[in-house]
Amino acid sequence: MSGVWIVIEERDGRVGRISWEAVAAAQQLGKLTGLPVAAILPGAQTEALAAEAAGKALTRVVRLEHAALADYTADGFILALEQLFEKEKPAYVVFPHTYQVRDYAPALAARMHQSLIGDVVSISEGPVFVRQLMQGRLSGEYRHAGSGTCFVSVQSGAFRADHAETGTAAVEVFSPSIDPAQIRAKPGQPFRGSAQTVDLGSAQLIVSVGRGIKEAENLPLVQDLAAALGAELAASRPICDNGWLPIERQVGSSGQSVAPKLYLAVGISGAIQHLVGMKGSQCIVAINKDPDAPIFEIADYGIVGDLFEVIPVLTEAVRTAKQ
Amino acid sequence: MKILVAIKQVPERDAQIRIDSSSKWINEADLQWMLNESDAFALEEALQLKEKHGGEVIVVSAGPERVGSTIREALAKGADRGIHVESDDLGRRDALGVARLLAAAIKPENPDLLLTGLQSDDLGYGQTGVILAALLGLPHSSLILHVEKTELGLTVKRELEEGWFQTVELPLPAALTIQSGGTKLRYATLMGIKRAKTKEVRRVAAGALGADFAATVNLERVSLPQKQKSTQLLSGTPKEAAAALVEKLKFEARVL
Repeated sequence: MSGVWIVIEERDGRVGRISWEAVAAAQQLGKLTGLPVAAILPGAQTEALAAEAAGKALTRVVRLEHAALADYTADGFILALEQLFEKEKPAYVVFPHTYQVRDYAPALAARMHQSLIGDVVSISEGPVFVRQLMQGRLSGEYRHAGSGTCFVSVQSGAFRADHAETGTAAVEVFSPSIDPAQIRAKPGQPFRGSAQTVDLGSAQLIVSVGRGIKEAENLPLVQDLAAALGAELAASRPICDNGWLPIERQVGSSGQSVAPKLYLAVGISGAIQHLVGMKGSQCIVAINKDPDAPIFEIADYGIVGDLFEVIPVLTEAVRTAKQ
Repeated sequence: MKILVAIKQVPERDAQIRIDSSSKWINEADLQWMLNESDAFALEEALQLKEKHGGEVIVVSAGPERVGSTIREALAKGADRGIHVESDDLGRRDALGVARLLAAAIKPENPDLLLTGLQSDDLGYGQTGVILAALLGLPHSSLILHVEKTELGLTVKRELEEGWFQTVELPLPAALTIQSGGTKLRYATLMGIKRAKTKEVRRVAAGALGADFAATVNLERVSLPQKQKSTQLLSGTPKEAAAALVEKLKFEARVL
């Protein structure tokens, strides 16, 4: 078994931030286990990416290069990585928990008779991997058993990109053999769902509404509060799925990431997918009837109560305070 | 088109969570159960495809006795028949272990299309559909919001991050994991509920599937998450709490 390997993902021609976070996680795992840490860059043209990665404290940087990897496909990535792993026999493989990784890593692990420990938020002595369960309402400690490779993906924001240690790594190329006929899916070019007219990313104050609002007819309650505060209105996924607010107002992994001065979450329980899009906010307020809702784990201020009673009086109090 | 949908029964969304005495899982005794949300969307996609192109919709679910009610719910919504993989100890299996059970039950059916929800609302692994594709040798795509049958196979709309999407073409047979929200869910009609009672649910004992392997990933302990921040809870009547919050935002957090 040879070391900790991290699979780096390209974003707009560069190494994405979440991949640096995964490098930091892999380096931590390397220290805990005493194993060397190496990086893999899958793609068709990986020279520039490899140069970026070579500036980190890694023993090896492997360009996993093939023309068939120009556009991501699960088949292509699985074939290529499997060939490299058969040769290198990693003890651990660390991925950033991106949509792309979610699309292929479980199948890659399965082909090597393993289960992925996905969406990990911390790694400690053991190694023990912690991930969330029950939509963030429970923490679970996981361990790998047996002599095979342990596959792990790390949650966006759980490790700090600037903790990825710098150094100099030797770059090498590994050319997998891929027959284009083995790639069964034909991916199209990414496109945006709709024109963005709301820039939540630059909003200073955000009122965000979730499932707790129950009906579209109740939305004016939070719209009034947003208006009183001079805040932008945002929402969690179910609200946009129902078509009650346009998708451009959605905050979370599938929507926008925001970091306003004030994020006031109304009737939002705080599933992981939502929290990753707003946990960098300066001041977080949660109003929810369930005292165990995970949103309270990251809130600075909270009101446990019925939003239909709290919001109207809060709107009134804001109006008075602003006079 | 023969469509197979793998569905999961999960605790109700607002269920009170209590950790059991082993500290390895939650106390299931007084929980209410429901069909996992994204699995409901997978079932809906299957029913709509059947309405357009004909064929059969089969649901498969693994778990103890109680899972039967979720299979009946799917039949009431319009699935044609069900397969119940009976297992009282799914918890000791990892994601691959559960998928191996399901794959063994699915394989003899030879479906044209295999659908699952994107991820379960309880364990949240988000892996079953993708692993099933690997075990059954099917091409797959995940996070799918819309499925269109074409002459050559399928054209699907896949969700990417931060408001981006992608169209993917796949040959059949194939496996897809379905994201919530791509379509409207139907309710079971009274007629549907009545008819569900006469539909076939085949029970298969997990032990009879020849899919027992030692888990390589074990959940050793569960706990309530540690607070990342100390939340100041504002109590009192709604009016008092609201007034206190405005005070805090104005003078302590200085964000108003």
